[in-house]
Amino acid sequence: MAVRGVLGVFKDLDTAIAGVDALNELGYKRDDFEVLTNAPYPEGTFGEESGMHRLGLFPLVGAACGFAVGLLITGATQMAYPLVTGGKPLFSIPPMIIIMYEGTLLAAVIFTVIGMLFESRLPRLGSNLWDPRISRGYIGILVHASEEKADEAAATLRRAGAEDVILEERRVPAPARAPQQKGARA
Amino acid sequence: MQERHSFSDERIIRDLLRPVTQTSMMNWVGFIVLGTILTAFLFAVGWMFYWGVGVTGLNRAAFWGFMIVNFVFWIGISHAGVMISAILRLTQAEWRRPVTRAAEVMTMFSLMTALLFPVIHTGRPWRTLYWAFPYDFWRGIWPDVRSALVMDPSAIMTYLTGTILFVYITTIPDFALLRDHSTGWRHGLYRVLALGFKGEERQWKMQIITGFLLAAIMLSIFVSVHSIVSWDFAFSLDPVWHSTVWAPYFVIGAVHSGVSAVVTLMALMRWMFKFDNYIRHEHFDAIGRLLVVVGTTWMWFFLLDIFFDLWRQDPADDAIMHMRFFEWPYPLLLAFVWIFGYFIPVPIWAFRRFRRNIKLMFWTSIMVNIGMWAERYWLVVPGLQAKYQWTFSWLPYRPGPVEITLVVGSFALVGFLLLLFAKLVPPVPVWDELEGQHLAAEIQVGKRTVPAIVREF
Repeated sequence: MAVRGVLGVFKDLDTAIAGVDALNELGYKRDDFEVLTNAPYPEGTFGEESGMHRLGLFPLVGAACGFAVGLLITGATQMAYPLVTGGKPLFSIPPMIIIMYEGTLLAAVIFTVIGMLFESRLPRLGSNLWDPRISRGYIGILVHASEEKADEAAATLRRAGAEDVILEERRVPAPARAPQQKGARA
Repeated sequence: MQERHSFSDERIIRDLLRPVTQTSMMNWVGFIVLGTILTAFLFAVGWMFYWGVGVTGLNRAAFWGFMIVNFVFWIGISHAGVMISAILRLTQAEWRRPVTRAAEVMTMFSLMTALLFPVIHTGRPWRTLYWAFPYDFWRGIWPDVRSALVMDPSAIMTYLTGTILFVYITTIPDFALLRDHSTGWRHGLYRVLALGFKGEERQWKMQIITGFLLAAIMLSIFVSVHSIVSWDFAFSLDPVWHSTVWAPYFVIGAVHSGVSAVVTLMALMRWMFKFDNYIRHEHFDAIGRLLVVVGTTWMWFFLLDIFFDLWRQDPADDAIMHMRFFEWPYPLLLAFVWIFGYFIPVPIWAFRRFRRNIKLMFWTSIMVNIGMWAERYWLVVPGLQAKYQWTFSWLPYRPGPVEITLVVGSFALVGFLLLLFAKLVPPVPVWDELEGQHLAAEIQVGKRTVPAIVREF
């Protein structure tokens, strides 16, 4: 089913919450629309659900990979160039632990960042309805409506107090990875 | 009592984007002065590369002088970022908001500067880098992982990579903001850097969770970095560098100098960018209290290290301790360490009235870093300058003009990079400040209306 984006731009928090309530009354589930803000609001302000994510898993996987690479580098290096210095054993565990520790943490950081980007669905360079006023403190409600219901959603947002409603011009198959489009004022 | 002002989003954005959108006369003066010193720095590096390390005061056996002292100093400064950002983020301290980015960015630039010094102090870096980085494949040479010279770069590179990613991730929302407030090439740049961030609820949630996760991981890295720097010394066979207390002692010393540097930066940002409403007296008050604890802990470790060196009663240790206490210029440096590093600033910070005096906080924080630079010199140089049983040639170490230029230039380098960064990215995180504003909404408690944030710190 073709999906069309409808973006309502609200001037303040109260009208934006009214917009969320109006959409809920219209039968939209919380997954069908997103609230766009210029800073985080306390959780639950817009009635959002907790939302599953696996961000916590990424640093763990990263740490395991980093540990393995650290072990490989330190072990293989000592075997590739077996030079006895100061009578110390060739396969010396304590100094290996230090580099393995750093490798573990480095990979954990890198994987956390990858996880963050993945879970936030970033980067999304050439897509999505957007209004620069949202950066200045306005609140946007982006509804992923079916083609038939897009006008109804726009009217609902306007009734709830949206200062402006922008409809996606081109129809797109999926909401998340939409191609570049131009907005058309409703 | 909260001192937060309630401003509109537009006002906050306008105020905090001012360093990016406007260039004040002070900015230009800063760029020109620091740029000039930086030119001298580059000339000194070129001079040293061309003529060799003979142009410095280094000699056999005093191989480590100003440059290595400066390396330890800047690594120390870099510990401010994580101390402030990670710990305050994890404890959800409200007063972190205006200082986190400046602290993290200072970490990034001071680490880069620190990393430069062990590389250039070899005189011929292109002939020594393969000690740390395995690029000399054709000779089958691999770095010796048992050497601190390999562990140290691995720790510093981990810390630097982590910090850069940390800064970038927490700046994505501000890049999105800048994307909508800019035109021309800047708009294109911010558009790419913002990665299409729109401020969806899920994106904010991920942003905040990532902040926590990275803070926790970065803390583990932060503890390891200065510990490993201390092992650069402890792994050698020289006396007085063997106390087991060195790792935590170096870490706490780094925190002392780093957090003091954050105070310096906070005062400068307040004056330069007119951030009076965002970097407030209460922030200096809070950080001053933190510094009393950190400074006192550092002094405890400092005394502990001296005690351990004297306790062993080893003749080699005693000879160096004698030099440190009684031979010029070390007693003067020791006086700097004690007076500037502790006995003037910490008693001053004990008083609330003084903690809220920004000029006093600025000058005491500078004082701490003079003391801490002297401390690193006092720790590092005498260890190599003493005449040992098998030292055949022996000369005292006196820094030359090249090294002095390099040290002064390193301060200019960090300052220049910070100024440049503030021209591209707001030095106070705008979204964080806006979030603080949202959280500071008022709630009804009985008949009273009070701020939702009960305490700022």
